[in-house]
Amino acid sequence: MSLLKATNLVSNIGLFTILNGVNIEINQGEAVAILGRNGAGKTTFLRSVMGQVNVREGSIVLDGEDITNIRPYKISHKGVGYCPEDYGVFDSLSIEENLLLAKHEKDSATQDRINYVLDLFPDLKLANKRLAKTLSGGQRQMLSVGRSLVNENKIILIDEPSKGLAPVVIEKMAIALKEISKTSTILLVEQNFNMACAVADRYYIIDEGRTVNDGMMKDLISNKELQQKHLGL
Amino acid sequence: MSNIITILFNGISEGCLIFLMASSLSIILGLMGVVNFAHGTLFLWGAYVFGWIYNLTGSFLLAIVAAIVVGFGLGFLFEKVFISRVYGNVSAQIMVTLGLQIVFTEICRVFWGAQQIVVARPPFLSGNSNIGGVIIIHYRVFLILIGVLVAVGVQLILSRSRIGMVIRAGVQNPNMVDALGINIKRYFTIVFACGAALAGLGGALYAPLNGTLNSTMGASTQLMAFIVVVVGGMGSFVGSAIGSLFLGIMVALIAWLVPSLSLIAPALLMALVLIFKPSGLFGLAVKK
Repeated sequence: MSLLKATNLVSNIGLFTILNGVNIEINQGEAVAILGRNGAGKTTFLRSVMGQVNVREGSIVLDGEDITNIRPYKISHKGVGYCPEDYGVFDSLSIEENLLLAKHEKDSATQDRINYVLDLFPDLKLANKRLAKTLSGGQRQMLSVGRSLVNENKIILIDEPSKGLAPVVIEKMAIALKEISKTSTILLVEQNFNMACAVADRYYIIDEGRTVNDGMMKDLISNKELQQKHLGL
Repeated sequence: MSNIITILFNGISEGCLIFLMASSLSIILGLMGVVNFAHGTLFLWGAYVFGWIYNLTGSFLLAIVAAIVVGFGLGFLFEKVFISRVYGNVSAQIMVTLGLQIVFTEICRVFWGAQQIVVARPPFLSGNSNIGGVIIIHYRVFLILIGVLVAVGVQLILSRSRIGMVIRAGVQNPNMVDALGINIKRYFTIVFACGAALAGLGGALYAPLNGTLNSTMGASTQLMAFIVVVVGGMGSFVGSAIGSLFLGIMVALIAWLVPSLSLIAPALLMALVLIFKPSGLFGLAVKK
């Protein structure tokens, strides 16, 4: 049984139909990339899964349970971690507070996961008490990803983790995401093809609000024609 | 010199009263994006409930507690029944909260009449002292103490507790707080009700200072609170504290030096801040 399944998804933002037939299925333990040109609807798809955009038609099922159009905080408690495009880091909170805010439980396992995040991203450990507003773009992304690991989530949705980052930071982030994908299911929206290749096992391509292609990442890497057609590479 | 110190002292105590209104108004605006024109009514109800209970029982403490409880209850009712339906729609918020202001001010008149009601200061806080020519009114010392206590208490809650963490985060990005598994709408209700309780406390403390109650006093205090929110920056607790003190002192000084300007000075200050620093002196970058 799939962990996350979106079927014939249609979503609007205001009067505009952004998603118009998205079908995506992700299995436990996979790292899946959603690719596509700017404005294709990738971010809207993640926001629809997260309950932030109203789904007009279709369904989203998480681990056998329909989560279509339920409130974001409930979706979070069902085991969905979310790293938005703009990081969603709170400037007026310290790094530690940003991590603590995400905690659903006060048990020792959660504390162990926070320690794991700090080991995974030593930059965060060093500046634990600093306000998040003092962090660089890369550190903010680390905090955003780290925060999604604080709870025992079934799946982590990550929106453009390479956006606005220097090449060397992108490389570090790709290594970290690969490490995370060993223990977590990841759904990644990414414009940076190299980053997607480094992290994902499978891919879906969204174009004009529809899923138009999917398959194994290694097949896409070798298919220049498909890359040119849908991604403009 | 003693006159100036007395005026500064009075200005600080007035600032403390404005602060009780402005701090909650600022956090409500910053966290929930709600332009609450009903805040003055909550102040008014606080004052009338205080006056009613105090004149009835003679218990200052009981009257204060009653004003806080009624403020909290009304705030809870306003948020749950009316305001929760108009989040994200500023025009609707203005209409709804203005409507609440009018209706609940009229209800206040129905309950307690349109005539002024006299409220005396409690004996243990009445009177004044002359220290080196400086007249210190005891009730104003009490106001300053309460203002400082509330400021320290709220600041501790904001900086040390989980609810404070949620509020600070929510002021910046409530949608992201929701996505982290926190029912932000429940916090909206709590914050709104607590803000209303603070406004009720403000009204209760104002009643003995003014000596009489009338149904227009909510609107004038609300105007000052809105000016403080603009000057201090919406969502900024520290901004509303400093803005309130600044405004209280400024009005007191101008009323002494150039009485004819005392009414327009706060509006002029607000205009200057809007021109040169529209986000307010301590405003946060908020995302709605």
